[in-house]
Amino acid sequence: MASAQAPAGQPRVASATSLRRPLDRALLGGVCAGLADRMGIEPLVVRVVMVMASTVGGLGVAVYAVAWALIPVTPESAVSGRRPGAWRQAPLIVLAVAALFAGVHLAGSHVGEGLWPLVLGTCGLALLWRPTVAQEGSGPRRRPTLREYVNRPAQVGAPRLIAGALFVAFGSAALLHAVGVQHSLGKAIWAVAIMAAVLGLVVGPMVVRLASSLSWERSARIREQERAEVAAHLHDSVLQTLALIQKRAADPREVAGLARRQERELRSWLLVRPGEAEQDTVAGALERAAAEVEELHRVPIEVVTVGDAPLDGELEALVQAAREAMTNAAKFAGSERVDLYAEVEAERVEVFVRDRGVGFDPESIPQDRRGVRDSIIARMERHGGRAAVRSSAGEGTEVELAMGEETAA
Amino acid sequence: MSARECPRVVIVDDHRLFRAGVRAELGEEVAVVGDAGSVGEAVAIIREQQPDVVLVDVHMPDGGGVEVIARVAEEQPDVRFLALSVSDAAEDVIAVIRAGARGYVTKTISGAELADAVRRVAGGDAVFSPRLAGFVLDAFAQQAGGGPDAQERAVADRELDQLTPREREVLRHIARGYMYKEVAQSLGISVKTVEAHVSAVLRKLQLSSRHELSRWAVQRRLVSLDGP
Repeated sequence: MASAQAPAGQPRVASATSLRRPLDRALLGGVCAGLADRMGIEPLVVRVVMVMASTVGGLGVAVYAVAWALIPVTPESAVSGRRPGAWRQAPLIVLAVAALFAGVHLAGSHVGEGLWPLVLGTCGLALLWRPTVAQEGSGPRRRPTLREYVNRPAQVGAPRLIAGALFVAFGSAALLHAVGVQHSLGKAIWAVAIMAAVLGLVVGPMVVRLASSLSWERSARIREQERAEVAAHLHDSVLQTLALIQKRAADPREVAGLARRQERELRSWLLVRPGEAEQDTVAGALERAAAEVEELHRVPIEVVTVGDAPLDGELEALVQAAREAMTNAAKFAGSERVDLYAEVEAERVEVFVRDRGVGFDPESIPQDRRGVRDSIIARMERHGGRAAVRSSAGEGTEVELAMGEETAA
Repeated sequence: MSARECPRVVIVDDHRLFRAGVRAELGEEVAVVGDAGSVGEAVAIIREQQPDVVLVDVHMPDGGGVEVIARVAEEQPDVRFLALSVSDAAEDVIAVIRAGARGYVTKTISGAELADAVRRVAGGDAVFSPRLAGFVLDAFAQQAGGGPDAQERAVADRELDQLTPREREVLRHIARGYMYKEVAQSLGISVKTVEAHVSAVLRKLQLSSRHELSRWAVQRRLVSLDGP
């Protein structure tokens, strides 16, 4: 509803729908203008009411101070609408006058109602609680007016802190005085309670504000780090590879290898889900092994994996055996490409390495080809797995590696 | 079309260089009758040329293969689509298949293999690369074991929602890098039967509303959960 009535580009109408202080139309702090916008009446009406309320024991001043503290300014006026000028410091002056008035009032007559101490305290708290406005804004640097000091507690806390604390102390002292005069017994408890409450009220918002400003800084830092990381990664990988490719443009095989390696690397980097990055898995290890073999022997290896599991000692052996099988296929088979397929299930892991190369007779593995016997078959058996080699001359070779419950049989 | 005829092909890819490359690689084996660099162009040229097969890129700035298929498939049911991509993201590939593509091959495929795949798609078959077979096995994977919600699943599962053991076996062979002919040999069945199994898997993939598949898709961000 609000957005339907407030089309974009009409900030005044937009600000009318929620309680904001339009600084660009403010006499003091924009409280009355904001309230008037919200209620849809003339600001003058609100202002008159506020002044009249101030004559009733300072009630209007207290209300104004609290409203000033709690109502945020309109975003557009926070950025652009602030007009410089001494009268901008009016809220502070008003508060000071109020305090003075209260002081005189206190000294002169008896504080029967106990209302003025409350007004004083409220004004002090309003100063201390002022929400941070446009904390991260980076406008042109100039000497801030007192008013702007007051508006930026995170950076310029000290003067405000002191002023606010003085108000509050004054107010609570007056309250104590008012209470203490009438009841002379056991009022120390009251004093302690009130002082503790006052202390909490003073310090609490400070702590909260500090924490929130810290967390904002932290998230900004994290964003910056992420961006830097992406930039660094692209620089180390993609840009380097592109430079290499330009240098080796004469060697198509080399270029293809470089491009492929980079593609693989970039893809694995892109596909990593947050949180999974750290854990070493079977599929990840197989991908890496394939990439290494591919790089060494310049034969493309297609890796297809279904399922995944964390890498343990046995699976590490499986990956090593698969690596050996890939190396053999790439090195000796003369195949155009090698296919690796891995299926990881809860109880069983199977890996197939397939090439379409020259093939050989598995019964007569040459003595010098120790890789198959030692690095594949024996290694798998040592770790409780199984390996089978299927090959025939001219048809290519497939090495099957399996580990898990079924392989015991 | 008859088997003798040369299939007429349109190439849709937003990289001009790549289109030229594919055109050159396909050579004389198929007739490339046009190419397009955007979804709009693709729709226009497909309407005009009525090709047998459209090679569509999975990723394009204005919607990609899914969008092209969505706009053309209904009015021209005879046009067949083969997805061609560098993308390995399972969710994108499965999305194009579910939109109606009859297969998926990666851009690293050789010219001869691609021509072969085009012919097969033109003839009404499905073309599963090892990678697609892996994706499909992955997508249908959870059904085999009895997970915590096995009961619920047993009720929900229909014929469409799971692979038969034979289909699974065929897919595993394809994932291992076997050609259809070799799969047939290994399993002791005819090539026609292998093709029938693959086509059946394709149908299941396109029609299944299996909640496992959709959950898998969500996990892999196939289905966007935000937005209208």
